[in-house]
Amino acid sequence: MKYTLNVNGQSRMVDVAPDTPLLWVLRDNLELSGTKFGCGVGQCGACTVHLNGVPARACMTPVSTVGRMRVTTIEGLAAEAARLHPVQQAWSELDVAQCGYCQAGQIMTAAALLKDNPRPNDQDIDGAMAGNLCRCGTYLRIRAGIKRAAEIAGGMKEASQ
Amino acid sequence: MNAPTLSQPVGRRDFIKLSGLAGGGLALAFYLRSGGEARAATSGDFAPNAFVRIAPSGVVTIVSKQPEMGQGVKTSLPMVIAEQLEVPWQGIRIEQGDFDLQKYGNQSAGGSNSTPNNYDQFHLLGATVRTMLVAAAAQTWKVPAAECRAAEGAVFHTSGKSLKYGQLAATAATLPVPAKEAVKLKDPKDYKLLGRRIPQIDTRAIVTGAPLFGLDVRLPGMLYAVYEKCPAFGGKVLSANLDQIKALPGVKDAFVFEGSGKVKELVPGVAIVAESTWAAFSARRQLKVTWDEGKVAGESWDGFVAEARRKAAQPGRVLRKDGDVDAALAGAAKVVSAEYLYPFISHANLEPQNTTAHWKDGVMEVWSPTQVPATAAGMVSRVLKIPENKIVLHITRAGGGFGRRISADFFVEAAAIAQRVQAPVKLTWSREDDLRHDHYRPGGIHFLQGGVDAGGKVIAWKNHFFTFGEGGSPGSGGNLSADEFPGRWIPHFKSEQTMFDTGWPMGPWRAPGSCVFAWVFHSFIDELAHAAGRDPLELRLEILGDRDMMPSSGGGTKGGGGYNVARMRNVLKFAAEKFGWGKKKYARGQGAGLAFHFSHRGYIAQVAEVTVAKDGQLRVDRFVSACDIGAQVVNLSGAENQVEGSVVDGLGTLMTQEINIERGRVTQSNFTDYPLIRITEAPLKIETYFLKTDHPTTGLGEPALPPVAPAICNAIFAATGKRVRQMPLSRTDLRWS
Ligand code: FES
Ligand code: FES
Repeated sequence: MKYTLNVNGQSRMVDVAPDTPLLWVLRDNLELSGTKFGCGVGQCGACTVHLNGVPARACMTPVSTVGRMRVTTIEGLAAEAARLHPVQQAWSELDVAQCGYCQAGQIMTAAALLKDNPRPNDQDIDGAMAGNLCRCGTYLRIRAGIKRAAEIAGGMKEASQ
Repeated sequence: MNAPTLSQPVGRRDFIKLSGLAGGGLALAFYLRSGGEARAATSGDFAPNAFVRIAPSGVVTIVSKQPEMGQGVKTSLPMVIAEQLEVPWQGIRIEQGDFDLQKYGNQSAGGSNSTPNNYDQFHLLGATVRTMLVAAAAQTWKVPAAECRAAEGAVFHTSGKSLKYGQLAATAATLPVPAKEAVKLKDPKDYKLLGRRIPQIDTRAIVTGAPLFGLDVRLPGMLYAVYEKCPAFGGKVLSANLDQIKALPGVKDAFVFEGSGKVKELVPGVAIVAESTWAAFSARRQLKVTWDEGKVAGESWDGFVAEARRKAAQPGRVLRKDGDVDAALAGAAKVVSAEYLYPFISHANLEPQNTTAHWKDGVMEVWSPTQVPATAAGMVSRVLKIPENKIVLHITRAGGGFGRRISADFFVEAAAIAQRVQAPVKLTWSREDDLRHDHYRPGGIHFLQGGVDAGGKVIAWKNHFFTFGEGGSPGSGGNLSADEFPGRWIPHFKSEQTMFDTGWPMGPWRAPGSCVFAWVFHSFIDELAHAAGRDPLELRLEILGDRDMMPSSGGGTKGGGGYNVARMRNVLKFAAEKFGWGKKKYARGQGAGLAFHFSHRGYIAQVAEVTVAKDGQLRVDRFVSACDIGAQVVNLSGAENQVEGSVVDGLGTLMTQEINIERGRVTQSNFTDYPLIRITEAPLKIETYFLKTDHPTTGLGEPALPPVAPAICNAIFAATGKRVRQMPLSRTDLRWS
């Protein structure tokens, strides 16, 4: 089946089986391998993307259900390539990653959290991030990273006001 | 991983040669006398190295030879070179070296060995290059080298003139490589980079989702493969509906491998090769295989546990015998008996096993997240009968290692499939494959008895350990050393071992052996402390005693010398001081516990503070680690990250991880029934302290893990009076009222 997807602001055509998870369309067909495969059953969050700005598990999202929804992947998170998203900046500053494999999913979930809740506390963070596994155990840096990202985002907003 | 590497692979050697010739840059390939550990196995006394490249533009490229899996070595070891080379870290380029034994020597990443095996050599490497650049400047200016000094990527003369490294590259390339004796290392007090917090070099690629990992490899015309193995370990394929599979949409081919006959090499199975990952996954759901499950299908974890309990009082193989333990127990003021049990567990790297291979013109080119390139290439050569010099191996970043990728099973599977397909092919394991066909950390059961005398001193220790092995020898980490602490320290001591021989595949799991023995023995020491009414810290210090060195039983002091008791004492006191041990009064449901362990050349002591709610919910409020890993922390951020990760991993393993084997197969399938620790369960606060000593700098991927679980379990006991003698924690009812 042919599908036209809106991925990172671009219109992309693919020809795949309707039950193909968005995850594999991104990785195999669209050469966007930033979205990761960890479990395939919605348990790890490595495949987190945004659908119309809301975090979703790409491994559980058949391509046939995407329609005209805006798909944002880690590759498209930074609005302009020259400046990273505050979460990406904070992650870089605090050296959050170990192996890094989970971090695209963590960053996408964190970015969505901050959009809803610009000043999350530890409980908010744990609640929002509970679906994202990190086998390397970077959870404390993830908590710190989100707080730092909130600061960066706050600073950016002030600067632009 | 940049595009040229993937689409038109150029041998690394050619690349360096080309860039050296075309760009006029300085590519240094020189020989260093090896201290032994990084010595190339095939070349005797000398290890050839080629790690630094300086372009006329001034861009400095450092090759990282070790596989990177999150331990941070791609950043930390190049930092050592950069420090000695006197180049600014900003703007430095680091490339992952391909597998090349001749050029790089040992490239295996495991056993926390990357740092200790390479640290001194990398200092020398960087300093040698710096010395040559200074010599090049001196020659250019016709002044004595002593009047020149290197800093910030340039050489300065006392007169004030300077030349950038890029400007010196062409001249330096014509100079002879100085002897080791002519190279002066920096004084550690002048270090600008080492010991600082430096973010990983791949950070930008990680946070922007650039292709880095094995699973991200993409080649033109690439096909996608899956490999179905028998659910029961080692089972053989009798028949499969291959024709039906081959007719499915997107499927290119399907075929059977009989396997190489070994449980940890190419095991029997059915390969499906398709146009996309999803086509391969979908076809697999239609696959029907009839298996000959073999004898392993008669074995179960529960069966072995029951057998161990039956045989606990029977004699095992004696590992160590000091004094007369039975008499000492009979005469002890207090005796404690306990059974400690831990299950098999999986590595569960978040990136499932995978490898991409291309068989073309008699050359097997492979891209793989392996920890052990030489082992992997050797296995492919042996199993597929390809000469080693016809195997080209590109090392990709690995989404977690933990020892899993010290096995090369997935690697040889991909190569075997590629040999049958006229195209590059990427093998992707599903999460289910990963959990059901791991090389597991072996489980174990310990039957312990300990005695304390009327003065509260531990005088007797007896243990019968039941472990698991395959082919007559214990699985990795399943062999208890005669010297395992507190062996050698207790006057009346006996340890025995009985091994169950199975066909279950086992492999190294982060700090093999240590990761479980520390839990059992430091929990049991705690039991003895409480039985004797002694403070757990004070009793441990008493056991360690006053001596500074405890030689190994062979009398030797291998690897820098037995067990350095002084280092352990110091780090234990340091942890207690940083934590404030004994300073706080806890309400019921809260408590502190400690443990220490020496492994992988690191001396680590840890203290946990926990809250156990009335409903049994555990929370680690604070976790303090004190680490003696020698004279220099290389990258403070990376080191802290390893310790933080070890704490979370140790806690997660304790809380949830359990592989159950029934009828020779794993009953778990995915993170639904093999849960990993989540952020909601992570400690609230982790503090990491380093105790600097004069000892050589050593690695940190493993040694901070072993004492985590016992420190937490000892804290749980302090909080609730409940002793955790079984992993995972969910087996112990921690509710209290
Ligand atoms: S791969 Fe989608 S949640 Fe794990
Ligand atoms: S950094 Fe390795 S899984 Fe999170």
